[in-house]
This record gives sequence, C-alpha cells and structure tokens, in this order.
Amino acid sequence: MNKLALSDKILMQIDKSARYIGNEVNAVVKDTAAVDIRFAICFPDVYEIGMSHLGIQILYDMFNKRDDVYCERVYSPWTDLDTLMRKEGIPLFALESQDPVKEFDFLGMTLQYEMSYTNCLQILDLSGIPVLASERGGEYPLVIGGGPCAYNPEPLADFFDMFYIGEGEISYDALFDLYKEHKKKGYDKESFLLEAAKIPGIYVPSLYEVSYNDDGTIKSHTPKFTGVPATIRKQIVEDFSNAPYPTKPVIPYIKATQDRMVLEILRGCIRGCRFCQAGMIYRPLREKSLDVLKKQAYELLKYTGHEEISLSSLSSSDYTCLKDLVYFLIEEFKDKGVNISLPSLRVDNFSLDVMGKVQDVKKSSLTFAPEAGTQRLRDVINKGLTQEDIIGGATESFKGGWSKVKLYFMLGLPTETEEDMKGIPILANEIAKAYYDTVPKDQRKGKCQITISTSFFVPKPFTPFQWAVMYSPEEYLRRAHIVNDTMKEQLNRKSLRYNWHEADLTVLEGILARGDRKVGQAIYNAYKKGCMFDSWSETFDYEKWCEAFEEAGIDMDFYTTRTRTEDEIFPWDFIDIGVTKKFLLNEWKKGLAEEVTPNCREKCSGCGANIFAGGVCRES
Amino acid sequence: MKVRIRFAKTGNMRYIGHLDVMRYFQKAIKRAGIDIAYSKGFSPHPVMSFALPLGVGVSSEGEYLDIEVNSLISSKEAVKALNEVMAEGFSVSDYVLLPDDSKKGMTLVGAADYVISFNQEAGFEIDETTLKGFKAFIDESQTIETVKTGKHGGTFMDIKPLIYRFDVEDFKVFMRLAAGSKNNLKPELVMEEAFKNQGLDFDRNMIVIHRTELLDESCTPLKDLGEIIE
Repeated sequence: MNKLALSDKILMQIDKSARYIGNEVNAVVKDTAAVDIRFAICFPDVYEIGMSHLGIQILYDMFNKRDDVYCERVYSPWTDLDTLMRKEGIPLFALESQDPVKEFDFLGMTLQYEMSYTNCLQILDLSGIPVLASERGGEYPLVIGGGPCAYNPEPLADFFDMFYIGEGEISYDALFDLYKEHKKKGYDKESFLLEAAKIPGIYVPSLYEVSYNDDGTIKSHTPKFTGVPATIRKQIVEDFSNAPYPTKPVIPYIKATQDRMVLEILRGCIRGCRFCQAGMIYRPLREKSLDVLKKQAYELLKYTGHEEISLSSLSSSDYTCLKDLVYFLIEEFKDKGVNISLPSLRVDNFSLDVMGKVQDVKKSSLTFAPEAGTQRLRDVINKGLTQEDIIGGATESFKGGWSKVKLYFMLGLPTETEEDMKGIPILANEIAKAYYDTVPKDQRKGKCQITISTSFFVPKPFTPFQWAVMYSPEEYLRRAHIVNDTMKEQLNRKSLRYNWHEADLTVLEGILARGDRKVGQAIYNAYKKGCMFDSWSETFDYEKWCEAFEEAGIDMDFYTTRTRTEDEIFPWDFIDIGVTKKFLLNEWKKGLAEEVTPNCREKCSGCGANIFAGGVCRES
Repeated sequence: MKVRIRFAKTGNMRYIGHLDVMRYFQKAIKRAGIDIAYSKGFSPHPVMSFALPLGVGVSSEGEYLDIEVNSLISSKEAVKALNEVMAEGFSVSDYVLLPDDSKKGMTLVGAADYVISFNQEAGFEIDETTLKGFKAFIDESQTIETVKTGKHGGTFMDIKPLIYRFDVEDFKVFMRLAAGSKNNLKPELVMEEAFKNQGLDFDRNMIVIHRTELLDESCTPLKDLGEIIE
C-alpha cells in the first residue's frame, strides 16, 4: 500500500478525502530517485476545478514523457483541511508521491483567473516555502507562474521567481536542460535565474527595475543587467496538429467539474471581440487536422472510458472541418454509450440538426451570447452578431422543439447608455415573442424560458478595451437594476428570468487584472487577513480586501475609475504578444466610433500576429 | 445476459465513496472492452447495479456489481481484461454468468461477513480478556438493545437476532451480520455495544473494518449463484 501524507483520522473527518490521496487511473508513478527534476504542477483551486483543466493535463503528460523529469500534481486543500494542516503542522504535498512540495525542484502554478491569487500564497505558505521570492534561497523550489493571467504578471512579481509567457509546449525543455546543467556545475539560484531570463518566453521579475511618474503611472520597466531582454515575446505552438496532446489524461475518482474527454480542435480566434483577452493573446487561430482529431478521439475513449466527449475551442463554428468531425463523432461514438457535447457553436441549421441528434431538445437549452443589448453597442464591442441572427436562430430552434434559451450579456461596457441596458430585456422579450409567434398554442408545453445573465465587464490587458474605465460597485448594481426594472415592464415578462453577478468581485478582479507591482502588497495583506478561495462566494470577503488595500496605501480607484491616456505605459507593455499596441489602440478608437472590424478570414487587419509562422495568417 | 462481478476495494481506495466507485466501474468496464449494454435515450447509461454500498473508510474483498452484456467472453478473459485497467487497490476476482431470471444482487443480499481489527496506528491496543468479554457478551445476551438514530429521531432496536456469527481469534473479530434492504446492521454498531459492555469508551477510529463477503438469505456467497463462463 502506498503511503499517504494524511492520517486515517484526518482523512475520515474532512470532506471528499479522495481529493488528497492520488492513485487515479493514468496518474504517473516514477521512482523519485531515478529522476533529475521533480516538478510540482499546481492549479491553485480545489481539486475538482483543477482536475478539469486541460492545460495542466497537457503539461503533466509532456513533462512526464521526459525520463529525467517527474511531474506531480498539487491543488489547494479546501478550507477544512487547510485549517487542520496549519493546526497540526502538516506540509502541503504532491498527490502522486505524497512527498512535501518543499522538496521539489520546481513549483509551477497556473494563473487562470485573478481571484485565485490569494490561493497561490496559500500554496506557498502551506508548503512551508517563504511567500516572498526575495526571501527564498536556493534550497527552496523555483516558483514559476503561467497561464492567461501571466500576461500581466506584475501584481504577483513579488511572489514568483519566474513567469512563463505563452503556451507551455515550447520552452520548458530548454528550462529543464538549463537547470540540469546548473545542478551539475553547482547550483546557485541567482546565476540560474540570470541565464533562465534569456530563454524565450521566460520572465524573471526580480531582474527588472520599475520606476514611476509622480501620478503613480509607470515611467519605465527596464532590465537591471545586460543580456536580460527588455521585451518578452509570448511562446506559441506553430504546428498545432503535431503538438503534444494527452490521450491518457488522469481520471479523477470524485466528479470533476468537467467529467469528460476533451478534443482541442483549435486554439485562438478570428473574431476580434474588443473585450476578449483570449481572442487576442492566443492569436493567430490554429486548427488541428481532422485526421489527428479522429485518432485522438479513439485513443481517449480507449484510455479513459469516459461517457462524454466534448470539443474545446474559443469558437467551434470557425473550425473548417466541423461538420465532418461532428458527424464522425456521432457515427462512431453514439452506439458506444458516449454522449457528445457541443459547446460554443453558432446557432444555424447545421448546429440545430446535430444538436437535435445528440441531446434531448425538451430538456436542453440553447445559448446565445449577444454580450450587449443594442446593435450600436454590439458594434462598439465588435461582436458580429445581429438582432436578425439572434431572432432567426431562436425561431429555428423553437421550430426544432427547444423552448429554453439562455442569453449572456455584459454591463458596464464602454459607451454604454441607459438605452443599451434597457435593450437587454427588450431583446429577450423579442425572443419570447418569436416563440409565441412560431409555436402554435396546442404544441406548447407551458411557457418558454428565456434566462438572461449579466456579468459586469472587466477590462483586460492586451485587449482594445485595456484603456476603458471601470465603475463603482454601486454604479454596477444601478445598471443591473435598470435591466431588472425594464424586464418587469415587458409583455412576456413571465417567460423571462434575470441573474446578475456580484459587483464587488468585479471591481477586485479589475484591479488585479490591470494592476502593477504595487498591488502585490495588497494581495499579501489580504492573504494575511485570511482571504482565500476568493472566487467562491462562501469564502469571499470584500471588506477584508478593502482593508488590505488601505493598509498598503493603495487607492483602488487608481486602477478602476481613472481614465488612462493613450500614451500611458501599462504594467504589461514589456510583453510582446504579436498583436501590437498600435493595433489595439486603433481598435479602441474604432470601437468608440462604433465601427466594426472584419474577422481574420474575411480580411486581415494587420494586427501583428503574423510574426508567428502558422495558423490563419498563413492560410492563403 | 446478466453477469455478476466480484471485486476488492482495499488500501487507500477505501477513501473512495460509493458514488465514485460506481463511476469508476462505468469507465473501467468501458476501458476493458466489456460489451456492456446501454439504456436507450439521449443519455445512455451502462446497465449496472451494485449489491450493497460500502462506507468510506471501509475496505472489502467481497463487493459485487451486476451488469448486462450483449456478448460473452470467458470468465478468465474478463477478469484479466478488467484487472489490466484497474487502479492499485481495486481488483476483480470473479465474473460469472447469472440465470436470466436471476434477481439483482441488491435484492438478494441478506448477510455480510466482516473482519474487525484494532487500530494500532492510532495507538489503540486490545487484550485477550477484553476480546473474550466481547464474545461472551454477544453469545450470552438474550437481547442487545440499541438506539438507532434516523430521520425521525431515535428508535430502540434489538440487534441480537441480526448477529449471525461472532468469533474472536488472533486479536481480530469475525462477524456475520444481517445486511441488505430489509435489515442492515453496521459492524461499528455491534462493536460499540461490545465496548460499552466492557466498560470502554468507543471511537470509530479505534477499529479497522474489512468486509470479506456478501451472501444471500441462505448464506450462499453471491458469486456462487452464477456460473463460471468457460
């Protein structure tokens, strides 16, 4: 029997002890004495969330294919175990070997959302690793961050030794090789970091000096030493079809949030929605070949035995061989007891046909994301979806038997007026009207259900809206109330439902998303006050966060409601994502002028992403 | 065609809950290439049912699930195919064909065998005299009244008729208890009464429970109700 880091007594008193015992199907077991590098890869949230993340599975598989590396997983212990571990002095451990994280060479954390930042500090603290990078000597693991939030790593600069900017498939081999070399000749953390900083995509924050203007904005961000690059170019997979992909992913015992096989059909997006960070940082769009996907689908089924297969992409409808792929999946997998789930599809005749084949129309709902309530505002955000598309798509779906529609919008978008807010329930009402016009009374089974959800818009780095202002929590809620009040005035109000997100959380997310190095102190303060699992409503405490900022002497409004000038140097400007700041600024101005920009396949807009060889930029 | 699978769940896998074990076997059966039958409809599910849930923290070498298959392979091949895809701690011992009119394991189960050992890891030791005291208490009591706490408050219950066998040997307790949907007696409840009778405080952490077999009402192991497929 393998050893466990936790005693039987502890495992019997905590919730879901299966989160902490490892030994899942397809988990990798290696002899720790026979490897050169031990890498702890961490998703700083609870196990069920972390185990649903594709990126970790890709890197876990890729790292473990190297004989000299043993990569093991780490997740945030839930608050019940967190309390016990602190009380009894149990150090955080990796799932596979159950060894303390402190003994590893690397601790890599994925930064998927801003509200997981305090959990990164929890991971370090529970591991018995000093939270501040400057207080960590060579005896501790090197702490590296990656993922989408690493595109503005500055708020976390104090806590991480390195950040990896871009897709993980590219530069880790070089990093591991360099580390082995340094280990052989006598390892010294500082000289290693100085060399690591020269590897493409690796950013070592301690090697850069940031100076500020009197108004608090950034004056300069410069390397302290010669040879350390001034800009860091993101790393991306250029030959996507041949990129490593895990067809033997680890299968959790407890139900993960995403309990299914995942086929990643494309990366990047051609659409250019002006609020969307993923749409910019993953440019250019790259497709995986149909043959490769078919092969991976068979292997996934054989090695996982999952009951469902799903497609992963930012916009599945833009995959050129989508029809062939979907009909292949239906033919090959339907009889093998595998459900097919098709997210992020545009509603059209094809998608309605296949969805009618793979799901129960009476139970399932169709989802539209118009994002804004009026055509004017949809033009501002460059969401190429018209009122006719939405009403037409909904009408077709009602004819096909559906009666439930979900609508996603954002409030607080740039230039938003009261008319735009009111446009949200008005559009929902039109959809309900389309239902009653389309479906004869004797064929209806009660009312249709139109569910409206609004989130509050958070401006993100590397988007045209990175210059946008945010609002106070009160102002966000005022806007939600306008939507709610207008909904109550609609003729079909009894068919409409409305949910809105938390406003406090939005403001914090905004600060962390566009924050600079100064924000790090507030994150540390918040953690010391007990903030953790901030993305969970039961643990989120806005008051503590406000105190944390106040004690750090930081004015939260500086990061939210302040107007940023066109020439302001942003904390993330030293990163080169291909897409140029000039393009983003031009898109910002076009947005304010309500002008749309065609998608990458209609016309190249010269965003700059064509410096990478591959993908949509090289299609013709 | 109906098939019964007998499996063990031991070691660290005792922390996996019943619902998770069900999901685990759904996937494992698929990986092993067993030709299991699916329910009809938009979300087809494999036709399978477990005889008796096992509590978290309890290990077992005599767990059962019944499945429906479209085609047969030999018992030997099936056991091998399943064991090739098992995680450490799970293993399959039997794969037998059931008569077409056979009832499900969960309907048939009437008794369960347990071995109780005492948790030395938690610093708890037991002596010969106490063990003999346990045995005498169970054997000689005419009735053993317990309070069973349920949804509607506590009810008194005599558990003596539900204890079919109680032996002590080699610092372990061997029990056969009523199990299943009609009467289900938990081994920790019996131990708690035995501890109390000997004037000892009882904590669930002091004992380690291991199930060894599930049997029908005439005390035949469930696997013996099917035939080995050649």
